[in-house]
Amino acid sequence: MDINKDKELLFQYDEYKKHIIRKRFIIIALLIATIIVFFWAINAGAMSIGPKQVVLAILGLGDTKSISTVMNIRMPRVMAGVIAGAGLSVAGCIMQNNLKNPLASPSTLGISNAAAFGANVAIILLGAGTIVNTGLGEIQILNPYIVTICAMAFSIGSTLLIISLSKIGHFSIQSIVLAGVALSSLFSAGTMIIQYFSEDTTKVAAVIFWTFGDLSRASWDEIMMMGILIFGSIIYFIYRRWDYNALDSGDDTAKSLGVNVERVRLSGMFVASIIVAVIVSFLGIIGFIGLISPQIAKRLVGSDNRYLIPASAIMGSLILLISDTLARVVLSPQTLPVGAVTSFLGAPLFIYFLIKEE
Amino acid sequence: MTLLVDKISFSYPKKDVINKIAFSIEQGDYLAVLGTNGAGKSTLLKCLNKILKPQSGTVYINGIDSSRLKGPELAKNIAYVPQSYDCSRKTVFDFILLGRKPYIKWSVNQRDIDIVENVLKLLNLENYSMRYTNELSGGELQKVIIARALAQEPKVLLMDEPTSNLDLKNQIEVLKTVRYIINERKISAIVAMHDLNLALRFANKFLLLKEGEVFAFGDATILNSELIKNVYGIDVAIEKFSGIPVVIPI
Repeated sequence: MDINKDKELLFQYDEYKKHIIRKRFIIIALLIATIIVFFWAINAGAMSIGPKQVVLAILGLGDTKSISTVMNIRMPRVMAGVIAGAGLSVAGCIMQNNLKNPLASPSTLGISNAAAFGANVAIILLGAGTIVNTGLGEIQILNPYIVTICAMAFSIGSTLLIISLSKIGHFSIQSIVLAGVALSSLFSAGTMIIQYFSEDTTKVAAVIFWTFGDLSRASWDEIMMMGILIFGSIIYFIYRRWDYNALDSGDDTAKSLGVNVERVRLSGMFVASIIVAVIVSFLGIIGFIGLISPQIAKRLVGSDNRYLIPASAIMGSLILLISDTLARVVLSPQTLPVGAVTSFLGAPLFIYFLIKEE
Repeated sequence: MTLLVDKISFSYPKKDVINKIAFSIEQGDYLAVLGTNGAGKSTLLKCLNKILKPQSGTVYINGIDSSRLKGPELAKNIAYVPQSYDCSRKTVFDFILLGRKPYIKWSVNQRDIDIVENVLKLLNLENYSMRYTNELSGGELQKVIIARALAQEPKVLLMDEPTSNLDLKNQIEVLKTVRYIINERKISAIVAMHDLNLALRFANKFLLLKEGEVFAFGDATILNSELIKNVYGIDVAIEKFSGIPVVIPI
């Protein structure tokens, strides 16, 4: 036995352990940052509450006004941000892995456009929404359930269509992406036609307002529903993390490692798409986050899905929370569309990471 | 350990690729699969571990019909080194750990780590464990890919042209490594290759394919100039140099 060699090996394994600990440390740091931003987000707003009152209000203590503001207005919005951010980001992460395409994101498969088309059908054709002047020029969707149901029906329908097409037609992954792009443009053409022939411009304004995306739109029930779905999905993705690692090495290698490539890919795409369909239906379109959060997470913890999946989820929550809070405070009392702030914040950050990488 | 291939055929909708291929190997065999481009070498290898599903015929591993084995069970018996490789950025240690995929239930255990360490040691890759796969040279990467396949603890190692992107020194080193692990691990290897001289130098059995069918199968004695002319369509002379047969195109 070569003792020196064994010592060297032990040293190498220690190095590997350090490498793993570093990744875990990054995930914990992201988690702590998210918790800090969570409290900042609840504290931020027209009515100043103060960090102590925020904590007390969450615990059900303190004065009723603070409790009411925190639990009825800010908490649902912040929770929606945490959940939707994690969901959109982890969905993007799985799509990028499954489709081997760094540009894959919730909008790639046409899911966002399908949801928007559904909202157009509901608001313009079925008359589910119009502008109601509330003094602040706000728009009210008269029947949000019809809008949500239509958006969900079209986005899930579009997902099922792509997945069945790829199953029946034995599509390659490139063809799945291209079919998604084709469906996406089909739905946006449909949207254009509906809006063009709409005689009521207030309805068009209402539907455009819907597509902006808004975290305050969801009720507690809807937030709970999203929360359970996304939590369950993340557990499923984590369970599959080794399969996704194998997919990273190419289909043939994955098959030779005993992975049922078609099944893993179709189920991953299906679960990721359903997450996106539900979020977009409840909150409207929040673009870019599903593309950049997993990419930034990848640059921090690497492509190993054992760490990438949780890091992506937390990164998504973090970016969406920061974006939404900035959207509320920058031009307070006016609230900017969160999707726009996400891009304003995310694009420079992403470009910084790309430059650093080069 | 034996691998028995019984008349397997595979075709794409408009083209037969391999037709009724039959052969067998024993533990310790180093089988070179030879033939021109498009003869069906890669397809044959992929049919042996169900990357492609043969339309007919059976592959038996130690007498067990491989189609009855589930993916991970098959992967514990047969490992595969592909011809081309998608190289994502991973440390060599993580990359080799992926070879434990068929055994991992929920997370990696100490045995998985020990096996990766042993494989690193076996292939003299200890100093590479924290290097990134996309920063390795062709020869280093090929050894790491072989190491990943060995982490599967297979009984049979399938390799699709493992030396096609390597310089002469690395070609010899990789094929020597394969010979070494066949002896060390008491396994067998099936290697698709182009270089007849390297095949003659390292392999002990030869399977020659022509247009998707077995043209000849046996030990080094079957390789003569007439056979090579029939398979490759060129005239060659086979001379011995220091006891090793060498094929020289005329």
